[in-house]
Amino acid sequence: MRFIQNNLFGFLLLWGFLFFGLQATSPTLAAEDNLTTHIGTMAAANFTALSKQIEALAATGDPRVVPILEALAKGRLFFRKSDKKVVFATKVKRRYKLSDPLSGDTLGEVKKSKVKKIRVNNKLRRQIRTVLGGLTLLSPDPKVRLKAAEAIFKSGDATALPALEAAIVQELDTDIRAVLRQARAVAVLKSDRPDEDKKAALTILEARGDRDALSVVTAVARTSTGDLKAIADRTVTTIQETLELWNIVQNIWYGLSLGSVLLLAAIGLAITFGVMGVINMAHGEMVMIGAYTTFVVQDIIRTSAPELFDYSLAIALPLAFLVAGGVGVAIERGVIRFLYGRPLETLLATWGVSLVLQQTVRTIFGPTNREVGAPDFMSGAFEIGHLTITYNRLWIIVFSLMVMVALMMLLKYTALGLQMRAVTQNRKMAGAMGIRTNWIDAATFGLGSGLAGIAGVALSQIDNVSPNLGQSYIIDSFMVVVFGGVGNLWGTLVGALTLGIANKFLEPFAGAVLAKVFVLIFIILFIQKRPRGLFALKGRAIES
Amino acid sequence: MILRLLKNGIDRKSWIFLGVLFAVTFGVSILNLAPTPGSTLHLSSFVVTVLGKYLTYALLALSVDLVWGYCGVLSLGHAAFFTLGGYAMGMHLMREIGPRGVYGHPILPDFMVFLNWQELPWFWLGFDMFWFAALMVILVPGVLAFVFGWFAFRSRVTGVYLSIITQALTFALMLAFFRNDMGFGGNNGLTDFKDILGFNLQSDGTRVGLLIASAVALAIGFLIARAVVTSKFGKVLIAIRDAESRTRFLGYRAENYKLLVWTLSASMAGVAGALYVPQVGIINPSEFSPANSIEVVIYVALGGRGTLVGAALGGVLVNFAKTIFTGAFPEYWLFFLGGLFVVSTLFMPKGIIGVWGHIANKWRAARARNASSTLQANTLKKGD
Amino acid sequence: MTPKFKSAVAAAALTASVFTAHTALAADTIKVGILHSLSGTMAISETTLKDVMLMLIEDQNKKGGVLGKKLEPVVVDPASNWPLFAEKARELLQVHKVDVVFGNWTSVSRKSVLPVFEELNGILFYPVQYEGEESSKNVFYTGAAPNQQAIPAVDYLMKNEKVERWVLAGTDYVYPRTTNKILETYLKAKGVAADDIMVNYTPFGHSDWQTIVANIKKFGSAGKKTAVVSTINGDANVPFYKELGNQGVKAEDIPVVAFSVGEEELAGLDTRPLVGHLAAWNYFMSIDTPSNDEFIEKWQKFIKDDKRVTNDPMEAHYIGFQMWVKAVENANSTKTDDVLDAIVGVTVPNLTGGYSAMMPNHHITKPVLIGEIQEDGQFETVWRTPGLVAGDAWSDFLPGSKDLIADWRKPLGCGNYNVKANKCGGQGS
Repeated sequence: MRFIQNNLFGFLLLWGFLFFGLQATSPTLAAEDNLTTHIGTMAAANFTALSKQIEALAATGDPRVVPILEALAKGRLFFRKSDKKVVFATKVKRRYKLSDPLSGDTLGEVKKSKVKKIRVNNKLRRQIRTVLGGLTLLSPDPKVRLKAAEAIFKSGDATALPALEAAIVQELDTDIRAVLRQARAVAVLKSDRPDEDKKAALTILEARGDRDALSVVTAVARTSTGDLKAIADRTVTTIQETLELWNIVQNIWYGLSLGSVLLLAAIGLAITFGVMGVINMAHGEMVMIGAYTTFVVQDIIRTSAPELFDYSLAIALPLAFLVAGGVGVAIERGVIRFLYGRPLETLLATWGVSLVLQQTVRTIFGPTNREVGAPDFMSGAFEIGHLTITYNRLWIIVFSLMVMVALMMLLKYTALGLQMRAVTQNRKMAGAMGIRTNWIDAATFGLGSGLAGIAGVALSQIDNVSPNLGQSYIIDSFMVVVFGGVGNLWGTLVGALTLGIANKFLEPFAGAVLAKVFVLIFIILFIQKRPRGLFALKGRAIES
Repeated sequence: MILRLLKNGIDRKSWIFLGVLFAVTFGVSILNLAPTPGSTLHLSSFVVTVLGKYLTYALLALSVDLVWGYCGVLSLGHAAFFTLGGYAMGMHLMREIGPRGVYGHPILPDFMVFLNWQELPWFWLGFDMFWFAALMVILVPGVLAFVFGWFAFRSRVTGVYLSIITQALTFALMLAFFRNDMGFGGNNGLTDFKDILGFNLQSDGTRVGLLIASAVALAIGFLIARAVVTSKFGKVLIAIRDAESRTRFLGYRAENYKLLVWTLSASMAGVAGALYVPQVGIINPSEFSPANSIEVVIYVALGGRGTLVGAALGGVLVNFAKTIFTGAFPEYWLFFLGGLFVVSTLFMPKGIIGVWGHIANKWRAARARNASSTLQANTLKKGD
Repeated sequence: MTPKFKSAVAAAALTASVFTAHTALAADTIKVGILHSLSGTMAISETTLKDVMLMLIEDQNKKGGVLGKKLEPVVVDPASNWPLFAEKARELLQVHKVDVVFGNWTSVSRKSVLPVFEELNGILFYPVQYEGEESSKNVFYTGAAPNQQAIPAVDYLMKNEKVERWVLAGTDYVYPRTTNKILETYLKAKGVAADDIMVNYTPFGHSDWQTIVANIKKFGSAGKKTAVVSTINGDANVPFYKELGNQGVKAEDIPVVAFSVGEEELAGLDTRPLVGHLAAWNYFMSIDTPSNDEFIEKWQKFIKDDKRVTNDPMEAHYIGFQMWVKAVENANSTKTDDVLDAIVGVTVPNLTGGYSAMMPNHHITKPVLIGEIQEDGQFETVWRTPGLVAGDAWSDFLPGSKDLIADWRKPLGCGNYNVKANKCGGQGS
């Protein structure tokens, strides 16, 4: 069975090649009938039958098969329950818009219960990926060709060799040709070609040197004998050594990424706690409010203006700042201003506020997680060398640094920043100079809360949006601020990144839990040594 | 000396407190044991366990008040000491189960059997003896507090910083105890206890016994705390609370005073935890959670910081409210608790005891006004 | 008497009145206790179950109640606090005098209330998949035992996906520990080498999955088909799946099969990058049966939200509730002992088009379904057991429990009967 399938696959590749290469004329009537029958029998087929239909469809080599198979893999291929007609279906609100898979004619809208999805499983999806690779290897679109080459690389079939070799000759794009060569190397290793060819193939894979290549080479090392095995083993070692080095880079990157999350969570606290000396236990809830603001913005966009979805985060940012900042000002005016100079009481009161906020959100939005989607520019990943960098983490790092810089500029170069610093240093004197200290207090607290709100927008991209969101960050945030040194933004930056990286380097050895415990113990010990943190402010004002 | 302190330490307020404590305890005990179940006078064992739990929380609140109310050290990690005491007791109760576990292993607790452990880890040895476990209840939290305090007070970590690192301490312990590899039962903790000192934990008599034990422990804790705060030592503590630097300049080694009361307080919390465990029937790492520690602080703040009776009262009242609210209005419990935090810090800085004192003074002042207008000024002054 | 003392007495009196007031009410309704957390970390999962119980009770009352009496729900909030679960269980049984309790989610909460139910002889229906290794006279386990979820899922992957290398990733608590232990033994018995199994535990609410996902990718690059068996709990799943999606771990390459991820968890996620990852349950919302359609419609109407999903523990409550009603009607009594006698063998329709029966070990029979995640946040069933699988209280794959069985029928009446030693009470050595 497997053999037949493989042969068929090779045949298909050739066919595709011929088809695109020779610009074949339109399919004959017989082929047309054939296609319709195959498509027709896909309705209500079980997985095994469906697999055969996919094979048969692919064997026709007809380019119109491509969108059908793509739709099948993505679960957009349905059949009408009434007449078993296979259709494309797109969901429009609660109904499905149908169209003919071959002609593309629209077939009207129907209720959900009138159609049934043609189900696929992972095995079929893999099969589709592979045959699509074969069908599109010579597509005019370079992106599609690259994808096809990668698909064949992953499936790695010996029977694909002739088609691959033909494609390599034709291919003009060097990047795609490299991938095609690698795909060919995989195919060679799985074929019965002479060992010399296989050794050359190993070199190509060694040059690729990533986990996929390692996977193939390891399999070769396990199954081969003699000379080839020795070389394969050596290749495995080389690749592993390179990857080990990249591992260190990866840990640093992960550490930076975790650090930037900590930085975002803590930066607002660095203002309220560090600058004002107010311990805001409701800080985490400000983060949560920011995340829920993002949810509401996206919800409105989804229902009324779906085309704006990619800008949803940009829209949410100022709103989250305003909402969280507004709540912050309300807390400051309503509770905290009566408690200045009594930090421990503030701690208790704001803890109470945090409980109330949590339960309020739970009452309004329900206790379950809410979905915050990622806009396209934040989904997926790219590779630098052998380091996978996910876009959402990258943007969060960039974003946290931007927030940091903006905040520093604000404190340093604006009137508000100047007044804030003045009030922090000497409230009475600042008041005497005509600064409205009350107003500055409210503004500072609002700023800190607003920053937390912004952090919430970013964190909604990597964490749950639930009423418990804030609590999971509050202790970490305090650790960062205390470790970095209160009243010093540089301290917060260095503190966050240090803790992030330390955590990520400990994790592979100690496990996630112990890594965190060690970091906490380290902070406790560190505070004994430097009770004011890494970058301590000096001066008598601190010793209240 | 302590005896003398005890004798002097007991004033009228304390007598009332102890009187009420034992009246309620015995009242509940008798109403639970004497009438036949089903009669209108009968109190269910639910009341007994709940009251017992309140009293252990009162003792915990007392221990927090000792360091916070009298020494100005706000601990956000007292749940750690409470839970450690609880674990020490829990380990003893686990060993007491013996071969009656579901797997019937003669020595190993159930959770170890299913993790395929072959023998008891070293830190479980000795817990089969009650006296050893009782010693550990006091020693483990005490030693941890001593070591922690030794470093922290010496480096003069104070105020908010201390609060935050105590929070880090309990958080770290929580994470560590969650690990199944630690050998403390992981997230499930220790549960399914059978008996204590040979008495069946599920019988009404044992429960009443535990309730009375809790009341006695609270009374002893109260008297010790009373003795501490009314002694010269206590005066120095208050001086440290109000102006640490000045006290230091006067020649007192503030860190030693703090360390002593801190360690004492931790041991008290440990005892509270040990009594808590057999009454609620489970001890697990979520007891370490920082939120619990903060909640204890609110018991003290609500009852009256710096008044021992107030702290104990706060512990009982908040938990009573919790029982009512989580039953009758489950959705509003957090609103109530949160509101309590805000209201008691904003409007009742001296807690219920403070408010009560204020009202009592006014009342007295009003009575005094009738008698003599010259006395009035004095009374008011005293009232402030 | 001083004023202070007066107030204390007043407080005591109030306490007494609150604690005893309920007992005075006449018993013209049948009380059903609902013990699910409505606040704290578990509210996210448990609130739904409280609502589903209220719906089932309302529905039953519309049909005339049970034994001619109306059902009266008693809701309490154990606030995700485990000792409070025990206290609230006692309150339900002693103060409110409920006839049956539906509740709990986490294993630790069940362990916490277990002694209370045994002491006061109450009835608890526990609706969540769990680690097994337990059978109590007073508890009915309507969720899946490991053999009703984990083992069929692994079989499926071995057979259909030809998986040879396994990552067992879980949250560090008793359910994943036990499940992974069982799976390890099972896989080794199937000839999987120890090198081909990687076990990883993370704390509750773990949110930074970068390292672990990278490790999974690394483990998966050994030239053998690799799959992840995930027993990651609750909240931690969302960031885990987000990281999987972003790092491009595709189901076609390294499938992840989860035992704790249901429709509710997926509702907080964009599932487009996750299509094809699997879950094993005994119920999926997408199941196409008339009774399920009716259930979904009723639920969405009850909760007044046509986007709310249904999930496996909800079906478990549905089954458990029907079983209890039927047992009460058969026994013509709500007394615990009568119900306990009547319920073993009771068979009721489930929502997946079959019937579930209560077994003598207080577990139920269920079909096992394997589903793949779809773009719309639903699961599509790709495989189901041909028949029903009976829940196994004691796993055959653990050394401590392979000789144990539970049978609560008379005359045995034992939760941990050792078939080798022929006596009740574990290993019996």
